[in-house]
Amino acid sequence: MNGIHDMGGMEGLGRIVHERDEPVFHAPWEGRVLAATVAAGWWKRWNTDAGRHERELLPPADYLRMSYYERWLAALEEILVRTGLVTRAEIETGRPAPGAARAEPPVQGGQAAAVLDRGSNYRRPLDAPPRFRPGSRVRVRNAHPSGHTRMPRYVRGHAGTVHMHHGGYVYPDTNAHFRGEDPRHLYSVRFEAAELWGESATGRGAVYVDLWEPYLEPA
Amino acid sequence: MAHDPSHDHGRHSDVPSDPALRAKSLESLLVEKGLVDPAALDAVVEYYERKVGPRNGARVVARAWSDPAYRARLLTDASAAIAEFGYTGRQGEHMVAVENTATVHNLVVCTLCSCYPLPVLGLPPVWYKSDAYRSRAVADPRGVLKEFGLALAAEVEVRVWDSTAEIRYLVLPERPPGTEGLSEPQLAELVTRDAMIGVAQVAPPGAPR
Repeated sequence: MNGIHDMGGMEGLGRIVHERDEPVFHAPWEGRVLAATVAAGWWKRWNTDAGRHERELLPPADYLRMSYYERWLAALEEILVRTGLVTRAEIETGRPAPGAARAEPPVQGGQAAAVLDRGSNYRRPLDAPPRFRPGSRVRVRNAHPSGHTRMPRYVRGHAGTVHMHHGGYVYPDTNAHFRGEDPRHLYSVRFEAAELWGESATGRGAVYVDLWEPYLEPA
Repeated sequence: MAHDPSHDHGRHSDVPSDPALRAKSLESLLVEKGLVDPAALDAVVEYYERKVGPRNGARVVARAWSDPAYRARLLTDASAAIAEFGYTGRQGEHMVAVENTATVHNLVVCTLCSCYPLPVLGLPPVWYKSDAYRSRAVADPRGVLKEFGLALAAEVEVRVWDSTAEIRYLVLPERPPGTEGLSEPQLAELVTRDAMIGVAQVAPPGAPR
């Protein structure tokens, strides 16, 4: 979706504020929101891509106003309701609905670090050979899907060169919508700065973007 | 998760202004429903406050500077080379290391969200997740680097890596001069988080950080 989250190349979004000796969390609730998002995710009612898409669905004005973990909190509430783990009424009252069954958490405290250490493998074997190889000239499709995509607006319609073939990876455009992993070939594509930004490009340089095969056509 | 026009996103404006209260209310709901174990939340917070962080990445960089064979492994299969230290897991499953040289400077961003190599760098700083950095790093990397105090010569090529997939990028900074006799742990002391994102270079020993 052409949402507010797709920020590459925008201007006017403020100064970059670098904080010395920054703490991991600026308030305890930030850590609790991150942890609750991770732990609720262990129910596997949603996947990483669906979680990202939920944050993209926040209304743009709210997205810009919210701090990072406020976005996570709002999106967590939404996806918990969307996937049926809690009801809207429960969110508003902060209490389980009368008579609601009590579940058993899928991961207990003592197992959490090992689960984080394991992570998730997003790579998938593919039978189909890759359409492109390092050195191939490609152009990003001028497409504007209304759902989740990892094809940033600033590269659409632009030509680049395949730098690396990463292999087959879960395809976010379907996975985020629970339409299956549909793994596709993933490439690192190099775009010259002048190709993307024209006269505004500031000196020698390039941007490398990881793009799935369906985003690309031969240039 | 298709667009649902009946889904009222306007409700976010009603979220209480104090996110701490809202977070606490949500956590107690999840605990009461048996959806999360509060001890697991403690463990996740502890994991990100203590277990993972830029000291991990600094050890990887120091070894790459000290051991040419390790450097070669890191640049050809970063996931495996980093796993030699036991640094694996969530948001670091598929790693690529990119090397700074006298003629190439690398910079990492996630324009679409906040993707970051957690096992080697820990959670990202606020500026990395900020709208300002996400929007400008790809279009004006030299301007961004100048704000971080790093003015690159015109002949240096700036390569920006936008983390749009599940590949996570670690910058292998240039080894600073005057470090010839240093041990791996001494070298690791010099390596900063910012240098491994690419908004800084590693300063020689004794220089202000």
